[in-house]
Amino acid sequence: MTQVAKQTMTYRQAIREAMREAMLKDDRVFLMGEDVGRYGGCFNVSEGMLEEFGNERIIDTPLSESGFTGCGIGAAVTGMRPIIEIMTINFSLLAADQIINTAAILQYMSGGQFTVPIVIRMATGGGKQLAAQHSRSLEGWYAHIPGLKILTPATIEDARGMLWPALEDPDPVLIFENSTLYNSEGPLSGNGQVVDIEKAKIHREGADVTILTYGIGLQKSLKAAEELANQGIEAEVIDLRVLRPLDNETIFTSVTKTGRAAIVDEGWKSGGISAEISARITEELFYDLDDPVERICGMEVPAPYARHLEQASLPQPEQIVETIKKMGGLHG
Amino acid sequence: MGKFIMPSLGSQMIEAKLIQWHVKPGDTVKKGDIIGEIDTEKGLIDIEVFEDGVISKLVAKEGEVIPVGSVMAVINGEGKTEKVTAKPAETPKESAKNVPGNGKQKVASKKQVAKSKEVPLHRIKASPLARRVTEDLGVDISKVKSSGKTGTIHRKDVEAYVQQQTADETFEKELDMAEHISKAEGKSMRQSIAAAMSQSNKEIPHYYLEIEIDMKAALDWLSNENQNRSVQERLLPPMMLIKAVANALTEVPQLNGFWTDETMHIEEGIHVGFAIALRQGGLVIPAILNADLKSLDEIRGDFVNMVSRAREGHLRSREISSATITITSLGERGAEKVYGVIYPPQVALIGLGKITDRPRAVDGSIGIRPTLSVVLAGDHRATDGHTGSRFLEKLNNQLQHPESL
Amino acid sequence: MNPHHAKKSIIMATKEKTTTVKKKTSVDKDRGLHLLKQMMRIRQLEEKAYELYTQEKIRGFLHLYDGEEAVAVGVIENLQKKDSIIATYREHGHALIRGISMESIMAELYGKAEGCSGGRGGSMHLYDKATNFLGGSAIVGNGLPMAIGVAMANKYENKQAIACCFFGEGAVDEGEFHESLNLASLWNLPVLFVCENNLYSMGMPFELAEAETNLVRKAKSYDMEADSVDGMDIMAVLNASEKAIDYVRENNKPYFLECKTYRYRAHSMFDPERYRSKQEVQEWKKKDPITTFADYLKQENLLDKKELDKLTKQVNEEVDAAVEFAENGTDEPLEDITKYVYSDSNNEKS
Repeated sequence: MTQVAKQTMTYRQAIREAMREAMLKDDRVFLMGEDVGRYGGCFNVSEGMLEEFGNERIIDTPLSESGFTGCGIGAAVTGMRPIIEIMTINFSLLAADQIINTAAILQYMSGGQFTVPIVIRMATGGGKQLAAQHSRSLEGWYAHIPGLKILTPATIEDARGMLWPALEDPDPVLIFENSTLYNSEGPLSGNGQVVDIEKAKIHREGADVTILTYGIGLQKSLKAAEELANQGIEAEVIDLRVLRPLDNETIFTSVTKTGRAAIVDEGWKSGGISAEISARITEELFYDLDDPVERICGMEVPAPYARHLEQASLPQPEQIVETIKKMGGLHG
Repeated sequence: MGKFIMPSLGSQMIEAKLIQWHVKPGDTVKKGDIIGEIDTEKGLIDIEVFEDGVISKLVAKEGEVIPVGSVMAVINGEGKTEKVTAKPAETPKESAKNVPGNGKQKVASKKQVAKSKEVPLHRIKASPLARRVTEDLGVDISKVKSSGKTGTIHRKDVEAYVQQQTADETFEKELDMAEHISKAEGKSMRQSIAAAMSQSNKEIPHYYLEIEIDMKAALDWLSNENQNRSVQERLLPPMMLIKAVANALTEVPQLNGFWTDETMHIEEGIHVGFAIALRQGGLVIPAILNADLKSLDEIRGDFVNMVSRAREGHLRSREISSATITITSLGERGAEKVYGVIYPPQVALIGLGKITDRPRAVDGSIGIRPTLSVVLAGDHRATDGHTGSRFLEKLNNQLQHPESL
Repeated sequence: MNPHHAKKSIIMATKEKTTTVKKKTSVDKDRGLHLLKQMMRIRQLEEKAYELYTQEKIRGFLHLYDGEEAVAVGVIENLQKKDSIIATYREHGHALIRGISMESIMAELYGKAEGCSGGRGGSMHLYDKATNFLGGSAIVGNGLPMAIGVAMANKYENKQAIACCFFGEGAVDEGEFHESLNLASLWNLPVLFVCENNLYSMGMPFELAEAETNLVRKAKSYDMEADSVDGMDIMAVLNASEKAIDYVRENNKPYFLECKTYRYRAHSMFDPERYRSKQEVQEWKKKDPITTFADYLKQENLLDKKELDKLTKQVNEEVDAAVEFAENGTDEPLEDITKYVYSDSNNEKS
């Protein structure tokens, strides 16, 4: 009975392992951010790494998002492979000048001379009653910027596997980790395969409707799909994994098959990534659509503190089920 | 000789007013000297000269509004007269673009406006997919009912309609056209035709033989005959062809029957199938039973009757399933030759093209004759080219002696 | 790198060296003529750029360096090849002295593919990998964080290279300035911060923008070595920057050098300069770095009219050649427009 013992690990452990592996493999890699060293990371992701790698490679920064992000950019341009951790996407706005006005465009502006092989990790998402300034999902906003690559690992496998290819990528890569996922646990075979950072992934096949989502939306969509199946509707659930560049092929193939799409996104509807995907589907597959594209998104409110309000403002499995059931073209 | 032009200080600057000159003709100037002052939308700005020389002429007048790039003064240069930048900037084009904002905005293309008015308004609410499916299946969308509350037609509604249509096609309850046309419940006509075609193409090794038949004799006889008939009673070439084919088959029966269980079963009855295109799209192939035994007139009667009932969807099951050979004629559509695909389990298909005038050798010289191209498609498992050619020869003979049809 | 070692221990561990370089009050002929010519090259380039802009050959924003030449020349002449330069949108002079050819600068101003940034950047975004010239940035203060990152990487790899960051006094008001000085000092990063104080941030006078106008004191409040120098005097800048650069290189610590200077031209082209008087400009022109240095050289008998004419001629020829080069430049083909958004060859990724 030779069975390879399947490791289970948490999402947080997976990221930590990914960072450790990267730092062991490549001397040029270092981690820089607020409280990543002695604190062990705000979400405990980098626990133990200061002891293992020392303070030259695990660097605690003062509260200077723009300063240390720009610093990471300068280091990357000069040949290092920094992992910058910005505590949450909300604080990244302070570094927006560096991310958008420098990292994203340096290669283009310099006529191809300088590339910025930087990886910036951020926690994102709401749902924990942290109120309006701590709860946003702005991945779609960043996905608007040419020059950036946007990753949204939703599974243990991706949390473990996406970092290395991101570090190898010569362009700036932003990795968004939904903070609710840090505690989630799951199996990981072997010592973590390297995954690609290009394609979306089909987690569940179905012929009636395509659910497109990312990050925390994956769990919710799979739950919704189960409920829909009980009602005779087979949903195909796709984890986008990469918001820029979007994997058109997988999206279009699925929606051509099902003739209908629903996008689940914690970010706001207006001008978000759901709007972009919906537009693409309509442009490419208009004559294959049996129903208009639906979007189940965060409500257009800043995050409220009170629990019932916050939960109502975020997409939930029930909502996904409701919305899909109302699609006119479905049987049953 | 240098020209001093109104300088551009920003892309939004179109013109400026010369407030005053600081120099007059005859003054010596050095590169960098301020020679005047202009008033722009941002305020007063000094203008400087870029070469050494003597002012020979002041072209612009104080108080005048001058567009960017226009000559304001002429300077007699000394030493370096020709500047390296001899080429004038593309100011004509650019200044055309920068024409003062008299609202010279591009008027929305009238074409575009007109276009949107030309598109007819479709009052029927249907999903794009549903519409596409109706086109593919040749279904009239206005006849499809929506099952939803909003009244929108979806794919499932179109599919349901097609199923229903094929079900109540006929008033004679024993008819089961649906059964013939679609093997599986809910399969569309097009899909089953497609399935049959693919099957045919895949399984039957086709051979093709062609003959060009001189139709003069047949057509002459026909027109003669029709002079004595009313319009309803008139004879048409397809009817002649059916009879001719049937007669030829009596002499070459190997082409009349079915290939099943790996063998040829020659049929006694000669039932000639004729492919009829439906107006909505799709195809039916009713057969004229025992065509060899019927007179040309009887065939005419059957044919006319069959076509009208086919188009209305009132064919009898037996009429549809019993053809032992099929004729397909696309002559009306303009095709000159038809290389058809045999409908299994039949073993032959006769493709008729358009009757066209062609040059032929007639009695030792070239004449123009109405010619019909006939292409026989044969199942090589059942017959070979030898048999096929014999058949075509017989067919030709029949048509050369129309009076005996 | 040991960003967390107590600062004190570093000071004890590596005894801070005082510079032993003699303050240069004199210069030899070759060096003198070279410095003069470098400043003249910048001046003529800027003058020509002004002229070409009025003829619509150069578009967008154009920020000219007339009057500030001594700073770029005085600092960059003391840098080494392995050092990096991060500058601002007023960087034609810096780019030129660093070693980017006048031809490729001019072509860039024209937006031609032969420009140093491939026509992609224009006046405000001159880049050159070969000379470690990292732009060219249009956001005030935006270059400082990147400069400390370059310094961090240099230190980590023991290159003994420094990052030299130029910015105006306007940048001192931006948050990024404070974050960067704090981080540089905290982590002992080899950066030279050169603040070109030309007294105006566009139309905002220095006196009206700073609660604390003593910039050296500001920098020292970050526990950083700092100095101030007359930016119109090439020799003064040369000496001060040599001291500063040596300090940075030997101690792996940052240094802040304020150069007090003045720009003759407006902030950019379309600017009626309501914020200052013409007399003020004239006053400063009396301290012109080029004419005052030429006078000095003449006094020392290192320069005569013939030589000056020769230098002038050479510089003008260089400028003319650069213009011709740019005039004959080509446009980047439209099909390449998405190139360099990302590093892959098929670049249309969205």
